[in-house]
Amino acid sequence: MRKNILKLLENNSKLSPKEIALMLGLPPDEVAREIAEMEKEKIILRYTTLINWEKVGEEEVSALIDVKVTPQRDVGFDEVAARIYQYPEVKSVFLMSGSYDLSVLVQGKSLKEVASFVAQKLATIEHVQSTVTHFILKKYKQDGVIFEDQITERRQVVQP
Amino acid sequence: MSQNRNFEPQRFISPVVKNLRPSGIRRFFDLVANTKGVISLGVGEPDFVTPWHIREACVQALERGYTMYTSNLGMPELRRAVARYLEERFGLSYHPDKQILVTIGASEAVDLALRTVLNPGDEVLIPEPCYVSYKPITLLCGGVPVEVPTTQARNFQPNPQEIEKRISPKTKLLILCYPNNPTGAVLDEDTMMAIARVVEKYNLLVLADEIYAELRYDGPPVSFASLPGMQERTILASGFSKAFAMTGWRIGYVAAHPELLAAMVKIHQYTILCAPIMSQMAALEALQHGLKDISYMVEQYDQRRRLVVSRLRDMGLDCFEPKGAFYVFPSISVTGLSSEEFAERLLKEEKVAVVPGNAFGPSGEGFIRCSYATSLQELMEALNRIERFVARYTRLAKAVAHG
Repeated sequence: MRKNILKLLENNSKLSPKEIALMLGLPPDEVAREIAEMEKEKIILRYTTLINWEKVGEEEVSALIDVKVTPQRDVGFDEVAARIYQYPEVKSVFLMSGSYDLSVLVQGKSLKEVASFVAQKLATIEHVQSTVTHFILKKYKQDGVIFEDQITERRQVVQP
Repeated sequence: MSQNRNFEPQRFISPVVKNLRPSGIRRFFDLVANTKGVISLGVGEPDFVTPWHIREACVQALERGYTMYTSNLGMPELRRAVARYLEERFGLSYHPDKQILVTIGASEAVDLALRTVLNPGDEVLIPEPCYVSYKPITLLCGGVPVEVPTTQARNFQPNPQEIEKRISPKTKLLILCYPNNPTGAVLDEDTMMAIARVVEKYNLLVLADEIYAELRYDGPPVSFASLPGMQERTILASGFSKAFAMTGWRIGYVAAHPELLAAMVKIHQYTILCAPIMSQMAALEALQHGLKDISYMVEQYDQRRRLVVSRLRDMGLDCFEPKGAFYVFPSISVTGLSSEEFAERLLKEEKVAVVPGNAFGPSGEGFIRCSYATSLQELMEALNRIERFVARYTRLAKAVAHG
């Protein structure tokens, strides 16, 4: 049941417990209780909205930064990761397999802002060996949603 | 174009075609198409785009130069895949070289079946409300459509006694379209068995249009052909449109007794030659790797179905619970409006398009067909609008009744 509730909420956090209950054929109070519990258990962390900021006219710069780190005895990468994710400029941090260790998504108002954050804050953290910054030029698809407005209704309006 | 007064095109049109009534939906279509900002629940096809791997298979086939005719019957690999699919999903065993023909959608299969078996004057039993093409095609073949009404009180199940009552020495064929468009009804087991007995008793054929077979919410799909003694008497028409969201590909198939199939192939080879190879390639990919797409889509439809039925009932509309396809068929009698009045006023006042139930046969009067093959967001907005509309008219209807 939890999985089905979560799958619906992941796509549309506006759905009310009653609507979810209807869609899954479950008692509404049970769904509401389950959601409350998952919030408490930090399974559900936040209800977010996916926004195409470009359309709002907000200039925003994001960069993906490959970070190489010297792992620490006993704690591995966790301690360095924790130092990095404390910064509000850092939107996400992933531990990666392959040629670098941490993938860090940084957001800022301008290219300069992001670049100086990397140079002054990120690169200077102890045990960070190197950084490679990739600026995001265009978002095509995020979290399964295509940003382009191409998906207008193309079907005939009334059909037998 | 220069006009020659002596040329009268109408004189050349055959009386059968001239007298054919244009689809009731057509008129309504123009009305909807000319209104802006409409949310349409009148669409009879999936809102999903054909899964990417299926589209890609077609692109690759084109790149490799597959642009030629195929065998009249369709590509042997595709026929084998259809046979395997029918075996695995429905427990039906058909010989891929003798019993399966790939067609331009299930529509061609229906047309072929009727043209192959009907003599002028032959009677065809058609439970209604139903899809709009059975009656006109029967008429085009010189056949006589005999409608069998179904009712919400009986869950839109065709009543075997009502079928039997309408059988005459000229009755040749019974058309069954379940899961049903427009009601969403599926045949329950007892009804199926009873119908099979009638079919056997009167030595009839069955045309089973099972295009919605995969879209079932009450259990695994069932084919009428799988009933004891029914496979040889059943012409099974189906396709890829609804199950795999492949409407525009126009690709389907018909499975039947070898002799019936051979007869159908004769018409098909002269009129169609073969179904388009690119669509056949896509269909092959669908059968080989697309079954998981079906279960995903069915899950989505099912969630919307529950939501829509419950919302319509909360509004005070008497709504039969559909067990298949992607339509709901609520009664609108509490509003005091006819099907067409309801549809036209709902369009004008709230900009939601639904299809008046009487477009699917006389028993559809007093109902509307709403498709839930629409995104959840649109569906919820449409339901809010319908709710306002129904509340308004229900109040009016009550006031009139008390007035």
